Amino acid sequence: MNHLSDLLLGRLGRDALPFWEMLKDPTTSSIINGIIATGAAAMVILGALVVAGLLTWYGKWKILWRDWLTSPDHKKIGIMFIIIAMVMLLRAVIEAAIMRAQQALGLGGGFLSPEHFGQLFTTHGTIMIFFMAMPFLTGVINHVMPLQIGARDLSFPVMNTVSLGLTAAGAALVMVSLVLAPFSTGGWSGYPPFTESAVNPGAGVDYWIWAVTLSTLSSTLTGINFAVTIYKKRTRGMNLMRMPLFCWVSLCTAILMIFGMPPLTVATALLALDRYLDFHFFTADLGGNMMNYINLFWAFGHPEVYILILPAFGIYSEIFANFSGKQLYGYTTLVIATMAIAVLSFTVWLHHFFTMGQSAHVNAVFGIATMLIGIPTGVKIYDWMLTMYRGRVRFSIPMVYALGFLMLFTLGGLSGIILATPSVDYQVHNSLFLVAHFHNMLIPGLLFGMLAAYNYWFPKAFGFRLEERWGYRAAFSWIIGFMLAFFPLYALGLLGMPRRTVTFFTPAYLPWTLAAGLGALVILFAVYCLIMQLWQSVRLRQENATPIGDPWDGRSLEWATPAPPPEYNFPVLPEVYSHDPFTEQKSGGRAYQRPERYADITMPANTAMGVITAVTGFLMAFGLTWYMWWLVIASGAVALIAVIARGYARNTTRVIPAAEVQRTHERWLDDVARTTPVTRDHEHTRANRGLAVPPEQGAIQ
Amino acid sequence: MNISNLGPVTGIRGNPGTRLIRCWITLLSITLLAGCSDGHISFLDPQGPIARAQYEHFWFVIGMCLIVVLPVFIFTPLIAWRYRYHGKAVYKPSWAFSKVMDTLIWGVPFVVVAIMSVVLWQQTTTLDPYKPLDGPQKPLQVEVVGFDWKWLFIYPDQGIATVGRLVIPADRPISFRLTSASVMQTFFIPALGSQMDVMNRMVTRLHLKASHTGTFKGRNMQYNGRGFHKQQFDVDAVSPEAFDEFVQRVKQQGQPLGRQAYTALSRRGTSEDVARALGLHGDTVRFSRVSGALFSTIVNSAHADWAAPVARPPRAGPAATTNGDSTHPGTTMPARAIPLRQTTRATSLPQADHQHRETAQ
Repeated sequence: MNHLSDLLLGRLGRDALPFWEMLKDPTTSSIINGIIATGAAAMVILGALVVAGLLTWYGKWKILWRDWLTSPDHKKIGIMFIIIAMVMLLRAVIEAAIMRAQQALGLGGGFLSPEHFGQLFTTHGTIMIFFMAMPFLTGVINHVMPLQIGARDLSFPVMNTVSLGLTAAGAALVMVSLVLAPFSTGGWSGYPPFTESAVNPGAGVDYWIWAVTLSTLSSTLTGINFAVTIYKKRTRGMNLMRMPLFCWVSLCTAILMIFGMPPLTVATALLALDRYLDFHFFTADLGGNMMNYINLFWAFGHPEVYILILPAFGIYSEIFANFSGKQLYGYTTLVIATMAIAVLSFTVWLHHFFTMGQSAHVNAVFGIATMLIGIPTGVKIYDWMLTMYRGRVRFSIPMVYALGFLMLFTLGGLSGIILATPSVDYQVHNSLFLVAHFHNMLIPGLLFGMLAAYNYWFPKAFGFRLEERWGYRAAFSWIIGFMLAFFPLYALGLLGMPRRTVTFFTPAYLPWTLAAGLGALVILFAVYCLIMQLWQSVRLRQENATPIGDPWDGRSLEWATPAPPPEYNFPVLPEVYSHDPFTEQKSGGRAYQRPERYADITMPANTAMGVITAVTGFLMAFGLTWYMWWLVIASGAVALIAVIARGYARNTTRVIPAAEVQRTHERWLDDVARTTPVTRDHEHTRANRGLAVPPEQGAIQ
Repeated sequence: MNISNLGPVTGIRGNPGTRLIRCWITLLSITLLAGCSDGHISFLDPQGPIARAQYEHFWFVIGMCLIVVLPVFIFTPLIAWRYRYHGKAVYKPSWAFSKVMDTLIWGVPFVVVAIMSVVLWQQTTTLDPYKPLDGPQKPLQVEVVGFDWKWLFIYPDQGIATVGRLVIPADRPISFRLTSASVMQTFFIPALGSQMDVMNRMVTRLHLKASHTGTFKGRNMQYNGRGFHKQQFDVDAVSPEAFDEFVQRVKQQGQPLGRQAYTALSRRGTSEDVARALGLHGDTVRFSRVSGALFSTIVNSAHADWAAPVARPPRAGPAATTNGDSTHPGTTMPARAIPLRQTTRATSLPQADHQHRETAQ
């Protein structure tokens, strides 16, 4: 019996339950930590049950399967990526708030056990990078980029569903680790030898390894997909230097993904070999060297930083131009700056470990290389300011995020230069100053960018605008909450407080941790506002509908389509003659024209490959984590068979007849003719059905 | 004005303007440190030449960056407001390039970075933690071993060691050799200067100096498990006489660092746990009769020879410390005398400490 359960469950035992410790050894500390962990696990299970229950109640399973899970449509895949990101954001923000609360009460104690705290900072970092930021930006690029370059889909739609499946599997694995604990305590960077089996033999590090592996594989595939799409699927006339800046950053991001992700896949694979098969890549003995891991990790890690920030730069470029009613300043300069950043990002990884004992000259070279990146980044900041200059700035929600970004990100750049200086880094490395710095880059940079994109392109994706009162509340709460939560961490870092410490014994830290705790509360309120905003928006979707598809007087091709756009995006692929093609069409009176002739459109057929990847990927990773070898072999076999079977599939496309395309398109054109265009003054009113008065008239009052 | 009266121009000392800035900076630092009564915890309150130089370089970097950063803070709100929708300012929707502006926005940051790069190069080489500090006195050698959640400080020339408290003479350079008997950790005394990673089977170096007597905080900065937050220690910088007295006292009263003590050190726990295991109170343990070969034994992951004479090891001078110390292969204790690592080593790897740059292999 015992033998059988070993075979079936591997090393999964009762002690994996989050409340086991509390029952076995009921001290105050273990009860508090047990209740928090059990509550989290209950939320995961309840959430899954509620979603399943609602789907059954409303009979939506079939729609979910047909229109979403098996759909190869880049727009729907993009939306699903963003849904994953938002769910994971919610979890990781709550974790952050718990950690801030712990440190606010943490002078010499607090309520969390060190192990629990270790898991919290590890999952918070892992989720925010791999399962919030990456899916969010992947989703936005997925949704918007093909529309902007005038394509019908990505080059490899099936691979796109596989990418989504891999990310979903990784995210599910991290969620399951709440129910069957523990997760790793090694931080999101997982430095060995701490993560080697000699020190941490449990399942936690294995959860981390496989979740990250799934995510990096997904991103590598995504990168290939984006790059090929941009190279091969631009519409006629859309040469590279006419692409919207967002497409340029997508291209740079894709290139970074292709070259930046594999080092981490390799690093985690080697670490897995160490842990599972007793290899010695990163052990101290038998020829191993932990420094190799650290180099590999940051060979991924630094390009990753720019994978995270470049899409946001692209989003801000669109937003500054659009809400200033003006052409983007210095397009060519911005393209050069973006490329420069992408290239330089591969040359600076060593600044993540100045303190590891290499020679001063090596440190100095990498420090200078790092400061060099500051130049093109600074140029971008000024380009955006000059985009507003002589424009007509409308303070819409995306613009609030963008202005907050401009000021706060610059401050983060300043602290980045401080960290890039080796002699000063020797003082602030590994401290909360570092934590404050990268949050300063990632919250105003990446997250504000993604939230701005969410507000900006939501009407395009769903056909109605997001509610604005809660939207403004969310935006301002994010800005204030960020400042309150992270500026104190700069001070704490300068005062020598290390990162990842569960408590502290220096009373001088207390006022600052209290302030940061208050900031965390404001951020929680911001998240609440985001939820309310979505709820109100869905409620008011008729009033705020923008079916014509151009609610903001957009400049690029995605705004020339209905909202939401049809599966094939464009009934006839457009031809492009300049930058800002849609603005040009509108000013020249050539927008919303009836095409002379319609043709059949061939689109990819639905495929279950994504779902199969998600399920087998998850089960395989889960089996590996808990040593359930039968599960690993079974799911691996299913995945292999599915891949081979896919090779024999012949009905991979679906034809949409010209008549249907014509019918859909002409119905929309009739709507356009019936709709009253609005000026920018009425952008935020119900009158805005998504048709804009031509740009010049709309902008000058 | 007599030129010879001008002192060396260091840092940002100089004309009245910069002196005013310095005043403000000091004020700001004091505000940051307000309510801080627990020793010197930060380089904002520097207690040694390295930390002081870092402190000055820190403000230099901020000052230089402000050239690029301040215009953003000033002009972003101004532009956004002046060119707001409904505003009266000029509107040029297709104005999208200016040669002058582009030269400025590329040129100014470039010049700033160029200047900072020169200073960065100088400072990085000058403040290199591997570089011995100048001074008339011979540096005190201290060997640091990071264990899971405490530090062992070995004074090889004195044949003593401490846990939980590092006592150093003020105004004399300290030359550290560092390693870890466990996972990666980071040794850091903020008020004195740089932090340095310590790694198992590798040796890193660090040179620090305290300008005067006092008590400073030191700690591990690299997370290494559930006792990480407790891995702190006090640094006492004392007068040379007091230091000699300390050495004598430890020599007479210290615990022997034998197998039993080493087992207590190797166990995961704080310095308090070590003290308790040895039947002592408090969080400080002092060891006498420490083998000079202990550090290299740990670095080589070899088995310590507790039976060998524990008096001063053969040591010709500072040069000898950088050569691989013998590990007495003929007289090692039976296996598992020290549970240093779980794995059994097949061969003894050559120590990486033959050259100056041990970790840059």
